[in-house]
Amino acid sequence: MKNKYVVSSSPHLHDRTSIPMVMWNVVLALVPALVAAVYFWGFRALWLTLAGAMAAVITEGIIQKFRKVPVTIADGSAFLTGILLSYNVNVGTPFWLPVVGSVFAIAIGKQVFGGLGRNPVNPALLGRVFLLASWPTLMTSNWKEAFYRMQGTRSGINPEIITSITDKAKDLIISSTPLGVAKALRDSTTVQSLVSDAGGDAELPLRIFNGLFDLSTLRSLFIGNIGGCIGEVSALALLLGAAYLVYKNIIEWRIPLFYIGTVFILSFFFGGIAGSGYSILLPFFHIFAGGLLLGAFFMATDYTTSPITKMGRIYYAIGCGVLTVVIRLVGGYPEGVSYSILLMNVMTPLIDKFTMPKAFGRVKK
Amino acid sequence: MKLKTFPGGVHPHDCKELSNQVEIVKLPPPRRVVIPLSQHLGSPSTPIVRVGDEVLAGQIIAEASGYVSIPQHASISGKVTKIDVFPHPSGTNQPAIEITGDEQDRWVELGDDKDYELLEMDEMKARITAAGVCGMGGAGFPTHVKLSPPPDKPIDTIILNGVECEPYLTADHRLMLERGEDIINGLKLIMKITGANRGIIGIETNKPDAIATMTKLTTLDARLSVCPLKLQYPQGAEKQLIYAATRRKVPNKGGLPMAVKVVVQNVGTAIAVYEAIRYRKPLVERVITVTGRIIRNPSNFLARIGIPFSELVEHAGGVTDVIGKVVSGGPMMGFAIPTLDAPMAKGSSGVVLMDESEARMLEEHACLRCARCVDVCPLNLLPSLIAASVKAKDLDTADKAGLSDCMKCGCCAYVCPANIRLVQWIDTGKVRLTDRQRARKQGDK
Repeated sequence: MKNKYVVSSSPHLHDRTSIPMVMWNVVLALVPALVAAVYFWGFRALWLTLAGAMAAVITEGIIQKFRKVPVTIADGSAFLTGILLSYNVNVGTPFWLPVVGSVFAIAIGKQVFGGLGRNPVNPALLGRVFLLASWPTLMTSNWKEAFYRMQGTRSGINPEIITSITDKAKDLIISSTPLGVAKALRDSTTVQSLVSDAGGDAELPLRIFNGLFDLSTLRSLFIGNIGGCIGEVSALALLLGAAYLVYKNIIEWRIPLFYIGTVFILSFFFGGIAGSGYSILLPFFHIFAGGLLLGAFFMATDYTTSPITKMGRIYYAIGCGVLTVVIRLVGGYPEGVSYSILLMNVMTPLIDKFTMPKAFGRVKK
Repeated sequence: MKLKTFPGGVHPHDCKELSNQVEIVKLPPPRRVVIPLSQHLGSPSTPIVRVGDEVLAGQIIAEASGYVSIPQHASISGKVTKIDVFPHPSGTNQPAIEITGDEQDRWVELGDDKDYELLEMDEMKARITAAGVCGMGGAGFPTHVKLSPPPDKPIDTIILNGVECEPYLTADHRLMLERGEDIINGLKLIMKITGANRGIIGIETNKPDAIATMTKLTTLDARLSVCPLKLQYPQGAEKQLIYAATRRKVPNKGGLPMAVKVVVQNVGTAIAVYEAIRYRKPLVERVITVTGRIIRNPSNFLARIGIPFSELVEHAGGVTDVIGKVVSGGPMMGFAIPTLDAPMAKGSSGVVLMDESEARMLEEHACLRCARCVDVCPLNLLPSLIAASVKAKDLDTADKAGLSDCMKCGCCAYVCPANIRLVQWIDTGKVRLTDRQRARKQGDK
């Protein structure tokens, strides 16, 4: 009898999931959001995204060649990072912006640390904050966006639903993102100038605020008829992709659930402005506006930079939620998803360390 | 009704359809057997025959070498032709006794106590000990030890393990269908010996016919019941089965089922107990599944202990393709062995042959930290951290993450998208941990 059977450690079966399968499935789940972006803003959204993705792939390939390690650009992970980075720029930015962001994300965010599985923070988010710090105007002002937009206002609020609106207030609604409007209404100087412009109409800021979570505005936010980054335009499209990933058991349900849940609860209690009272619709505004859905489902769930323990993932997600709400309500930026996740990424090793699970049947000492 | 189960686990395709409709076939005594001296947990048996000795089937050829040990018996009649190191079903080479048969199948005198149920408890235990019975599900813990808990550890429940959660294997399934009465008789004896007043037979729902058969047989005795279980690997692991059936948690760090007043026995072991007590029949044969996609006629055989795997494969019609891997046991926890010359032992529940594509080694990649391994671990450990810590020679962290608790069920490696050989790393870690503990003990002296 010949002796050439394979001898290996058990188990002798495998469920056939692989890194490429996981990565390309996430890419697939991000396609609906891209389709929505193309629908609302035209094909420039697609070309920008592809530019970022290709830049990421090429950067990874070159660095891996240079490091003399196996070139793994086909596994989809660099492509995914490139897409996620591009989803964070607005459709009016020049092409070099997502390209530079992707090169930074892969080179400094990932390969410097040894590549896949070894980066301490989410490379796409690191790339994004790099762009935000270096070219803040390009990242936040949509100088060409109106050209690509088809209808509506940037904030999603229809000015007609606000009674006795002034031109200045209209400007705010038309030119700011939804979270930008929310932030402006928390700033006393802006509020005073709005009020004085309206001839002392002290109720105007409140009416605009209520307009943020008017059902027509929420519908715009949900479907996608608003201004913002490429990947954030349609909550519905993101949720479709997320549902697919949860169904395929590729992303973890605890992180998005506790992240979004925390934002929901905190924004319900603390999201109002003077005299606004509480509304159950306000938390929905905070969930559908800005990058929360993209962040909670596609960035915070990044395997490498989130805790491996089940309890740890819950603490991590709650941390992300608290930081997001704190930045949105009292911080210097209208949006805080990126920084929240980055900060919690850095906390991950510590969280893992303090949330070691109890082994099955562990006896209390 | 929500079916009972345990937390964690995976759902591999069970491939049982290959052999679950195939009735058990009793094989003729083989021409040659190799009886390993270690077929059980505990110290290896001590040979009491010499080369050249004539032996009868059922005759003791090696005696227990301590309390946690068992005797071994000749499974055919013939002549002892060699006492040497032979291939072992665990994939290693170990001492064993080779018997060349005389093709007459002469037996030692057995018996038949019609009123075996009235025997003294000590006599029952003595007969189990003498018959060399050990757990037949794989681990091979000596049965007489399991059935003799210290007086301060009362037992109230016996669970018979009919889960057979390993993919491919159908031996226990066929036993429940074809020898249900003997299983019940064995269960009642085990309950009597341990003083337990409840007997549960745990069966997964992929064996509805076995659930029906055993349920019918348990209706006659109010103390007995069948517990249908949701399909989930590794439900047949002792702690998982106990939890699924009784919600009791066996303590970790070496805790035994008796700590929660339970004893678990495999259904095959129950038959061996019954036969040992009633007929004084030593454990010299068992049912084994010989299967795999490349086996011509996947089968369940009743075969003599010590029969070479190669002969079992021949009886199953041989193979239809080139063999890539031979798995002794089930594919999740079994051993890949280098040769088909290894013999079937008391704990051998199956031989699974895989073709070259099924045997292909998947390339290991860097850990993504995806934590799938953490999510499926039935013992709530951190497999990826254990493996990484063992790699980094940090045994303390590995142990904190659960190194010594791990039962090597393989769920983690089964789902790992990076194909990290987690069980192999954990195995390495366990060996290093034992070495270190031994070194420390010696240092203390």
